[in-house]
Amino acid sequence: MSIPSFGGFGLGLRKPHYAEFLEHRIAADFLEVISENFMVDGGRPRQLLRDIRARYRVALHGVSMSVGSAEGLDCAYLARLRGLVDEIDPLFVSDHLCWTRVGGFNSHDLLPLPYTQEALAIVAANVAQAQDALGRPILIENPSTYVAFDAEMREGEFLDALCVQTGCGLLLDVNNVYVNAANHGFDPHAWLDAIPAQHVRQIHLAGHSQGVELLIDTHDQPVPPSVWDLYAHILPRLGPVATMIERDDAIPPLHELLAELGAARAIAGSVKRLAA
Amino acid sequence: MSLLALQRQFGTWLRNGDADAAPSGMRVYQNNYRASLSACLEDSFARTRAWIGEGAFEEAIIRHIHRVPPSSWTLDAYPRDFPDTLDLLYPDDPEVAELAWLELALAEAFVAPDAQRLTQADALNVDWDKAVLRFSPTLDFRRVVTNADAIWSALTSKTLPPPAVRLDSPHVLLVWRRDLISQFRLIDAREDQALALARSGLSFARLCDAIVAAEGEAEGVALAGQWLGRWLADGLLTNQTGHPEYGC
Repeated sequence: MSIPSFGGFGLGLRKPHYAEFLEHRIAADFLEVISENFMVDGGRPRQLLRDIRARYRVALHGVSMSVGSAEGLDCAYLARLRGLVDEIDPLFVSDHLCWTRVGGFNSHDLLPLPYTQEALAIVAANVAQAQDALGRPILIENPSTYVAFDAEMREGEFLDALCVQTGCGLLLDVNNVYVNAANHGFDPHAWLDAIPAQHVRQIHLAGHSQGVELLIDTHDQPVPPSVWDLYAHILPRLGPVATMIERDDAIPPLHELLAELGAARAIAGSVKRLAA
Repeated sequence: MSLLALQRQFGTWLRNGDADAAPSGMRVYQNNYRASLSACLEDSFARTRAWIGEGAFEEAIIRHIHRVPPSSWTLDAYPRDFPDTLDLLYPDDPEVAELAWLELALAEAFVAPDAQRLTQADALNVDWDKAVLRFSPTLDFRRVVTNADAIWSALTSKTLPPPAVRLDSPHVLLVWRRDLISQFRLIDAREDQALALARSGLSFARLCDAIVAAEGEAEGVALAGQWLGRWLADGLLTNQTGHPEYGC
């Protein structure tokens, strides 16, 4: 089963904006929600998501699938996510190329993987299992990482092999590319040139902060010029792709995020005109 | 090193590793790990934090993170053991753990399973001679010995909280959700006993018999009617009551 392309522009659904999204017709082609926030039994959160879904397309973006866990996936988690998928019929279901869980311990952080053949085999098996359980292909996001291990392949090669072996797609987080390039010392343009563009179905645009020693993927700032530049760089290589402004902290008024979404539309429009 | 061995080592380091001796990237992960758990507990126990004070709460968080590593896929599960940590830290101040439990239970009821409430109108059509009461799946309860409920109410309304006092006798705090709003109520030992019988699957007729046996004819009948009316009004009962498959 292939993943349909969707060339829309969306925002994250965050608590300060719930009422505006419900009471007004906001110019967003889709809303992305954190899956785990709505994987509850019932009550207001689930009702809110049903109400949102009645008005907007919704993408489910998870943080706890842990596709990199050497011990395999949590079947109870998958069953609960399947319930949400069946109810919401999302545009995409996505999670990160990372692991969060080992030996009954769940870090609740997106921890890095070594790009080795062993890790690829484990991640591919887990992604295949998740797709079987969910009854649909998923998107995998390139993570921000703060340590690097000895690798047998580049991240782009790892992602390409994963997509080919499992049929999953990519959620390309452009800010993560920038953060990793700064922290690990590589050229982000070259990284983007090497990724398997045909598998990209969604893009995240976000901001970051300077930590004591490293750039931190905080999602608490506007999209900076460096990330807009990378977005404009990769777009000509992509087909129709869903672009989303991802803001998780220091949430600004909705109109500010809509202005950023307008900037993304303008860049995509100019790239399209140039290509024509 | 295998991926599994690497992940075990990484997980152990996150919990117990010495940040001073670690590379900057590992410090970022350890800081993220602790910060997300701290934020989760701060968000979940705002009133408990206000009651014991910022410094004491931060100390409790540090003890809890060390004592109880997170295990669930959802961060929402992490607060569940925090009242137990407070019980250990404040053995002479039971209102602290009771207040935390109330905050936790209200949050859990908020997202507990949906169930259609038995309304006063529905109740008119129930065959009470055969009915078995079915309670909301959101219902939770705890035996309490202090006025933690009054402290919660004062902190919520931003008025001066009363001093913590021990109740004359242990009571039970009920927490549930009515429609979309979490609720709580303090009940005495007699209502608690009746509720336990009702929740055990006893038919309403047999429940009435048990209450009459305990309280006497006149008082028992009055109490049974009073409690049923209150449970209905509170939205504690679901409309499964009186269904033939659940009948006795």
